Amino acid sequence: MAENVRNTALVVAGLVFGLLGFSFVTTVILSDGDLGSFGITVMSGLFQGMILFLVASGLSIVFGLMDVLNLAQGAFFTIGAYVAWTLHHADELEAIPPDLRFVIAVSTAILVGALMGIFLERVLLRPLYERPIFQIVLTFGVGIIIGEIAKFIWGTTAYAWVEPFTLAEGSFRLFDQQFSVYRVFVIVVGFLLILAIALLLQRTRIGIIIRAGVEDSEMVEALGVNVRLVFTAVFTLGCAVAALGGAVAAPFLGASLGIGQQFLLGAIAVVVLGGLGSYEGTAIGSILVGLAIAVVAQFSLEFLNQTVWQSITPMLLLVFVLLLKPSGLFGKER
Amino acid sequence: MAADNILLEIDDIHTFIGQFHILEGVSLRVRRGSIHVMLGRNGAGKTTTLRSVLGMYQVTQGRIRLDGVDLIGKRPFQIAQMGIGYVPEHRAIFHELSVRENLQIAARQRDDLDRRADFIFELFPDLKRLYHLSGGNLSGGQQQMLAVARALVPENRLLLIDEPSEGLAPVIIEMLMAAITRLSAQTTVLLVEQNFRVASQLAQEYTIVDEGHTVAHGQMADLVQDDALIHKYLGVA
Repeated sequence: MAENVRNTALVVAGLVFGLLGFSFVTTVILSDGDLGSFGITVMSGLFQGMILFLVASGLSIVFGLMDVLNLAQGAFFTIGAYVAWTLHHADELEAIPPDLRFVIAVSTAILVGALMGIFLERVLLRPLYERPIFQIVLTFGVGIIIGEIAKFIWGTTAYAWVEPFTLAEGSFRLFDQQFSVYRVFVIVVGFLLILAIALLLQRTRIGIIIRAGVEDSEMVEALGVNVRLVFTAVFTLGCAVAALGGAVAAPFLGASLGIGQQFLLGAIAVVVLGGLGSYEGTAIGSILVGLAIAVVAQFSLEFLNQTVWQSITPMLLLVFVLLLKPSGLFGKER
Repeated sequence: MAADNILLEIDDIHTFIGQFHILEGVSLRVRRGSIHVMLGRNGAGKTTTLRSVLGMYQVTQGRIRLDGVDLIGKRPFQIAQMGIGYVPEHRAIFHELSVRENLQIAARQRDDLDRRADFIFELFPDLKRLYHLSGGNLSGGQQQMLAVARALVPENRLLLIDEPSEGLAPVIIEMLMAAITRLSAQTTVLLVEQNFRVASQLAQEYTIVDEGHTVAHGQMADLVQDDALIHKYLGVA
């Protein structure tokens, strides 16, 4: 076991230092000592990593506990982005100060995501608990239906975030480069959420139940725990966090139909790469994939003049990790 | 047997697993405060009977009552909350959780573990020493102790214990037998056990299950004298 932990730590450390080293060499050494570009790459990597975490964390915990791969997770992200954008730009709410409007927009997005999650789990998924393949097909279908409903409500136009608020406007200078305060805010929110979910899993009774349920939910029920209620709570939490992801990404990335799917693919790579059902694997995997995307994007733009490589980076990293550790960074043999 | 002295009553139950008809008429009565053992060969339906009591398998016919209350149709967590503890075959402890967490998860009231800790550590002193170690790091014997201890955290009226001696060293089996004898002073036990020596020393009453049917029941003191019955259904000389 100790050897396994050491191997995982070595792979993670190797990947992080490898990526940062590569970025450092390509930006600082090959680009005349430009530390600012290196900083932007790291910041962009952490930003993408945190957004990925917001999609992947729900995916991972739900899969670990319920054996359900929720392919509608991307749609919850999309809905979160649309709801937040709509409320923040609503003429009816113009009287409310922009910062407060942003808080209301994000909170409502989380609430909408949670309510949709409860509906999906209780009404649609519950009858299919004995049929895992049907569940995958169902969540895939639900993802498409939510996308179509979004298209019906908001149309096919992508919405840019134009209404400013304090965080989105702020910036600071470092190494002769301009850095957005909002990116730092999203990174901080992501780290706080990683910490909060870790504390929930490690320090609370519900956390103990979730961790035990990941191993053997039938035994947890035999101990007198209403596991279905826990399933609902966890599924709802996963959907709400994905909606939060969409809401906090919207000021930067806007709201569009494909935004959720774009992150879903990366999130699936994160969940498998981190080790199916492993929370720490998902957290570390998200940061790794985010950094890898940013490093490859920066390198391919600077030297290859093309962007194609960054879209396939999560999958390339996934293949690389699985070759080194077939069950993922923190995964157990299943 | 006086009806009010019966804690668990299983009456002619039938259970399917998928399309297979596993239990085709199992009946038994467990007297309050007793250790009752279910005997039978591999595949006879003993574990299926325990899991049917807990609602883990759907019973299609027959009746299961705990203290006169019907259990059929209830979900496993509801049945467990009625005061049934379960120690499954192969222990099913949670490997990623510490010993403390394995015990904590079984608590139904906030103070269950605090209240029962002294009794549990008196029965299994090793667990106190291993309290912060994860379940996966325990030996087979320690895992079995933890599985029994977990069922003792809430004050259950009935413990269903499945094959506690399986795969354990003789010294650990002796220790577990002593613990089960002691805990039976506080709760009723329905035991499934392949090891006839262990079963005969622990239990006062028995039921033999064969191919999904109850074929014999009675006092353990009578069974140990009945070589023909033992040989016929248990294959023990």
